[in-house]
Amino acid sequence: MFRNIPLSAIVGLVLTSLFLLAAIFAPWIAPHGLGETVGSVWEPSSAQYWLGTDNLGRDLLSRMIYGARTTIFIALMATALSFSLGTLLGLTAAVVGGWFDLLMSRFVDLLMSIPTLIFALVVLSVLPGNLVTLILVMGILDSTRVYRLARAVAVDINVMEYVEAARLRGEGRVWIVFREILPNALTPLIAELGLRFIFQVLFLSALSFLGLGIQPPDADWGGMVKENKDGIIFGIPAALIPAGAIALLAISVNLIADWILNRTTDLKGGRSGQ
Amino acid sequence: MTDSLQHLGKLVNSGKLDRRTFMKRAAAMGASVAFSNGLLSSSAMAADPVKGGLLKLGSSGGGSTDSLDPALAASAVPLFNNHSWGDLLVDIADDGGIEHRLAEEYGASADAKTWTFKIRKGVEFHNGKTLTPEDVVATLKRHSGEESKSGALGVMRSIDTLKIDGDNVVVGLKDANADLPFLMSDYHLMIQPDGGNDDPTAAIGTGPYKMVVNEPGVRHGYEKNANDWHPNRGHADQIEILVINDDTARVAALQSGQVHMIERVPPKIVELVERIPGVEIKSTPGRGHYVFIMHTDTAPFENNDLRLALKYAMNRQEMVDKILFGYGSLGNDIPINAAYPYFSADVEQRSYDPDKAAFHYKKSGHSGSVVMRTSENSFPGAVDAAQLFQQSCSASGIKLEVKREPNDGYWSEVWNKQPFCTSYWGGRPTQDQMYSTAYLSTADWNDTRFKNAEFDNMLLAARGELDETKRKQIYADMGSIVHNDGGLICPMFNDWVEGVASAVGGWTPNPNQAMMNGQALSQCWLKA
Amino acid sequence: MYILTLLAKRLVISAFLLLAVSALIFAGTEVLPGDVAQSILGQSATPEALANLRRDMGLNEPALARYFSWLGGIAQGDLGTALTNGSDIADAIGKRLYNTVFLASVAAVVAVPLAIGLGLLAVRFKNLWPDKLISGTTLALISLPEFFIGYLMIYFVAVKLGWFPSVATVYESMTFTERLSAVALPAATLTFVVLAHMMRMTRATILNVMQSAYIETAELKGLSAFRVIAKHALPNAIAPIVNVVMLNLAYLVVGVVVVEVIFVYPGMGQYLVDHVSKRDVPVVQACGLIFAAFYIGLNMVADIVAIVANPRIRHPR
Repeated sequence: MFRNIPLSAIVGLVLTSLFLLAAIFAPWIAPHGLGETVGSVWEPSSAQYWLGTDNLGRDLLSRMIYGARTTIFIALMATALSFSLGTLLGLTAAVVGGWFDLLMSRFVDLLMSIPTLIFALVVLSVLPGNLVTLILVMGILDSTRVYRLARAVAVDINVMEYVEAARLRGEGRVWIVFREILPNALTPLIAELGLRFIFQVLFLSALSFLGLGIQPPDADWGGMVKENKDGIIFGIPAALIPAGAIALLAISVNLIADWILNRTTDLKGGRSGQ
Repeated sequence: MTDSLQHLGKLVNSGKLDRRTFMKRAAAMGASVAFSNGLLSSSAMAADPVKGGLLKLGSSGGGSTDSLDPALAASAVPLFNNHSWGDLLVDIADDGGIEHRLAEEYGASADAKTWTFKIRKGVEFHNGKTLTPEDVVATLKRHSGEESKSGALGVMRSIDTLKIDGDNVVVGLKDANADLPFLMSDYHLMIQPDGGNDDPTAAIGTGPYKMVVNEPGVRHGYEKNANDWHPNRGHADQIEILVINDDTARVAALQSGQVHMIERVPPKIVELVERIPGVEIKSTPGRGHYVFIMHTDTAPFENNDLRLALKYAMNRQEMVDKILFGYGSLGNDIPINAAYPYFSADVEQRSYDPDKAAFHYKKSGHSGSVVMRTSENSFPGAVDAAQLFQQSCSASGIKLEVKREPNDGYWSEVWNKQPFCTSYWGGRPTQDQMYSTAYLSTADWNDTRFKNAEFDNMLLAARGELDETKRKQIYADMGSIVHNDGGLICPMFNDWVEGVASAVGGWTPNPNQAMMNGQALSQCWLKA
Repeated sequence: MYILTLLAKRLVISAFLLLAVSALIFAGTEVLPGDVAQSILGQSATPEALANLRRDMGLNEPALARYFSWLGGIAQGDLGTALTNGSDIADAIGKRLYNTVFLASVAAVVAVPLAIGLGLLAVRFKNLWPDKLISGTTLALISLPEFFIGYLMIYFVAVKLGWFPSVATVYESMTFTERLSAVALPAATLTFVVLAHMMRMTRATILNVMQSAYIETAELKGLSAFRVIAKHALPNAIAPIVNVVMLNLAYLVVGVVVVEVIFVYPGMGQYLVDHVSKRDVPVVQACGLIFAAFYIGLNMVADIVAIVANPRIRHPR
């Protein structure tokens, strides 16, 4: 079975597991503490500080490792929430139709049409500022996008012959949603999944820009790019490293997504031949 | 070669490199002695102003919400606007003293309760109307009256009567105040025709430039006022203020030559900006300071031992090095530095002492963490500074919990409300004004809730004291009280750090406000 | 006929949606701490000055009364004046909206065809190097924060090469070409930001359709691979693609604050942020309403395109 995994997927799997390992074992791997200032500002990389130091003279490698923890954890939770919520409601709306579809779709329109900035600002400055609120807000705001996509795909599938056939067989709505629609809607959804994860990473950094993200000295990678951004137009690499890490994470997660994508389309190829 | 030579030249001019080494290195690069000498003197040489051209300033502190009403100005761009189209009665000179503007002369009665300002004659507003003492009185009334919504209302409170006597405006005060002319230099008090009562946002004044383009939050364009009463300003034909709030974008605009000067260069990148060919850094010591403020009437900060512990746990030198990158000076937990008249160095400099901090912390009996609030906009680098403070506190066993608050709403919800937070003060022209604004028991902005009857009496005594030696001594004593008992941790005074293209001539440092006290656009010129 | 009734229905619903949006935004800004008087005067606010300013701005009226008087104005097509600087809102927004739409259009004209083209190309060369190159590059681009791409643009294109200005301030007196040159860098940044999302969705949905029986038929007929993709697969994958394109178009109008800040572009985003932070409710309301109208309009277009594209939905039982 594993011989069938293409090289790109192996690269994706290895890199993602490395990131995950760094995130899980951060306190044991990181050479220095999270907030500990060890050198002067923006030192270049050396034997002592492999990636150099950041805008306050903290070891960048250690911050990257701790940053992996916050970034991946929050983005993962928020993506999981937005996906399960968005897909479930989107597919249900497409299958049930009628007033439920109308109500849900317009409600989603309502949420989406309020500029995210105002939304996040109001919600996060009124609700208590903790991790749960943060993940909930990120997940729910994002689920509106997933909902729209899932519903659009499902509406198309809902009128296919095999769904009609299932209906005539007398299958229930739950069965239709999970056994007929979901497997056939999976391809675009998985393609979206990889991207949404990355969007969550970026959204998190946008929130720290507003001062609504996580509390210092904790930092997410996007926030670290921001901390060191003043150096960019002078070619100082401290901002490039977290930015590169986000890009690498994005690519490896999506390599895995692509692999799953290929497997599901292959499976489906068998199906439609029936 | 020229670029690197110019860079070396800058190092010499700023005292970082001696002349001999410079000439040696220049010779090694193949430059002639005359050429190298030329580089050295160019920045020091005082030249005659060059007339003409379009001078552009890139500035932060502007938004699409900015009003042209001088009474509502509260940030950098409105300040520069005010100084471009308007004039004050008196302004702050480069040496920190008083400079005459629309008041030709002024004088006080012996008890410092009645002040007379002689209004300049033959001055014309942009709309052709001639300036009269009536306009001055109307302006001052608009800022001080019952109905006023002016940012200068605080400094205008002490005024009791305003009268016209021929060419003079006579100001009667409720209490003696030896510093009144300094109060009149408040940048809101631009003299407008009929006090701006008809149209406060007309931007019509007696200043060196007439406003022609007003796009708030984008740009403000001006043309020269041909009838300017002041002979030696307004050198460029046109000036433009571009609003560039993003630090990196502002520096890039200067770097690529789209503006000639920029307000506020982040200290972190000053050294890198200095290396840009054709750009100079102007650093001017001022009165602005970054503060960590505790409410002295709120638990746990009502305990002076806890306050002292936190004061000793502050590593001031590290703050100056890592937050200001040397572009500033050490603070001493009083809001006053050497830029103030009557400053006294008698109060001993407090330095970082983890042992004393631990001692006072133990004595205070406090346990658990101390919560301090901060935000990115409470001062540049505030969140970084808070993290450094957190580290230096932990060396004395003090657990400081940093809570970052949103920028949005910080000034209305956190500052002056929460018991411990970061903030900044721009400083005031005199000690009296600084202390009356924020340290008098009854002050509106007493952001440390500092209430000390003895201190209040000393402040009032100093205000009417005309003997300079006695006055200086009172201020020194007041300084010690705040230093030892106050809720203020003041680790640093920040310089005004600004970037100017080498093509700009006429720059002179002024400690009072940013960009030559807001007048860089009217006093500088573009070299031919 | 069905389409027309549907359209009419959606328009009526949209009007109610806009009403709901305005109420929500009003409530939101009321809940936010601080008010406009306080944020104008900032540190120099004395209680008297605050009280005077509040009275002048009519803030002493109850919130509901202010909302309904605003709503009454809107009903007569009057957006009112800004509380902060007394400028006419319709006038100020007009210019800003034009700038925003201009920048969004430039970016969209480049990004949408490019994304779909690249997506088709990736499908054609599925799992070969062009596919991998396109996927890898677009993924790397999408994962960089937009301010990061913006600064890189400024550093290389504006500062090092000097091709385009880093300050993209546009004036009314500019010619079309001058405007294009001014928005070159922000438009390029935005193109990079939205490219990957649309491209990947195109690729994924078309691959999904490519498994269907009729595609095999088309292939068996001997049509060229590209023809099969463009003529047979693309039309059947249109619904999700249009959805994602619309999402990104809406983003180009509504979500470009960061790019506006970096390139000093006078668009709606910066305008809205300034007024939110000053609690200038009438302006926030007006901006919110315009943004909402864009969103709802684009979503409606996406839904209708999906219906038109799929005959089975077009003729429901």
